Amino acid sequence: MNTNSNSYTMIYAAIMVIVVAFMLSFTSGVLKEKQGKNVELDKKKQILTSLKVDTKGQDIEKLYADIVKKDIIVDMQGTLKSEEGGFDIDIAKENAKKPEDRKLPVYVCEVEGATKYVFSMRGTGLWGPIWGYLSMNEDLNTVYGSYFSHAGETPGLGAEIATHRFQSEFVGKKILNAEGDFVSIAVVKAGKTADGQDFVDGISGGTITSTGVDKMLKESIGQYTNYIKLNRGK
Amino acid sequence: MAEIKNNPLLTPLNLNNPITVQVLGICSALAVTSKLQPALVMGLSVTVIVAFANVIISLIRDTIPNRIRIIVQLVVVATLVTIVSEVLKAYAYDVSLQLSVYVGLIITNCILMGRLEAFAMSNGPWASFLDGIGNGLGYAGILVAVGFVRELFGSGALFGFKIIPQSLYDAGYMNNGLMIMPPMALLLLACIVWYHRSKEKSLQEN
Repeated sequence: MNTNSNSYTMIYAAIMVIVVAFMLSFTSGVLKEKQGKNVELDKKKQILTSLKVDTKGQDIEKLYADIVKKDIIVDMQGTLKSEEGGFDIDIAKENAKKPEDRKLPVYVCEVEGATKYVFSMRGTGLWGPIWGYLSMNEDLNTVYGSYFSHAGETPGLGAEIATHRFQSEFVGKKILNAEGDFVSIAVVKAGKTADGQDFVDGISGGTITSTGVDKMLKESIGQYTNYIKLNRGK
Repeated sequence: MAEIKNNPLLTPLNLNNPITVQVLGICSALAVTSKLQPALVMGLSVTVIVAFANVIISLIRDTIPNRIRIIVQLVVVATLVTIVSEVLKAYAYDVSLQLSVYVGLIITNCILMGRLEAFAMSNGPWASFLDGIGNGLGYAGILVAVGFVRELFGSGALFGFKIIPQSLYDAGYMNNGLMIMPPMALLLLACIVWYHRSKEKSLQEN
């Protein structure tokens, strides 16, 4: 058979594409459920890490069910939209909507008998998206713990935001000023200070990623301002 | 000697090493070797994929229309890589997070296309399988060697476990930050090539 004729080449290409398409969709279909579970489990792990819970070698599902009491949805005005379903919200999709339409998840948790609130964040680093969770004490002002991660920041530089050393710097910082207005927490160059707000040291060599974290805190946590005001001291 | 020279499994480990002699797959060798674990996983995934892609191409080599052979090779590689990546996401999620974009980059790894075009298109399936395993392991070996040095001196650890004792840090020892950066991988690779050529006189050019 002449394998170099036009018709042979075209039929060959067509059959190859159909066979490959079938194989890929089969693989994707078979593994989809398991992959979805992994993504979900990873998100639960991230939320627990922001609450300073040690997740190593633990049953994440059980731990999460024990600690996270409610995943409520609020809007920018701070009004309660739903008592549950906060976990399923995709922040990236919400950020693309108009501010008044955005749904914001709040995880109401209980750690060692005290109520904690976890807020969700998403922003941009140097090479791609960065995200994180900020857990607050009952006063909705003092940071209890934090978690940051990234899609592809430079290892050793920007990627340091995912380390315990950077994340533990946020513990005990306040996001409101003395008048009770939202001022966020500044990420500054090591050794510098910020006026009128709490601050942490950024990553040396990872300035753009540090600025990204600073901006993410200001914007993502800023969306919760009304919720914080309405629910403080309740 | 002649027998060893033509052995598809053993020559890529030394005299025809994909990285140090064929100089293929350098990009991924720089990118994933800052830690030992991703280096090892990358090496093994490439080994599996080259071996199977080689076998598949070798089996259908007589039917492939010459004009679209590169496209056919690319489709076979891309399919295998996608399947491996999906399986990793389902059964080794942590590893797939670490490898993230690099799994996709296996498709563009020159070793794959290089071996398919140079070997599988003109050899039988069994020889092609051995060639794939050999080249994959030759690649993995170099990656692991570079990853070992970079993680040990860059993070003071191996496979994430602290190796360098805290007392040494207390005495003023510091991790070498340059080791984590890609340029250091290039320098280490150059050292390996240098050593390799000084040992194997046949590789030296006049």
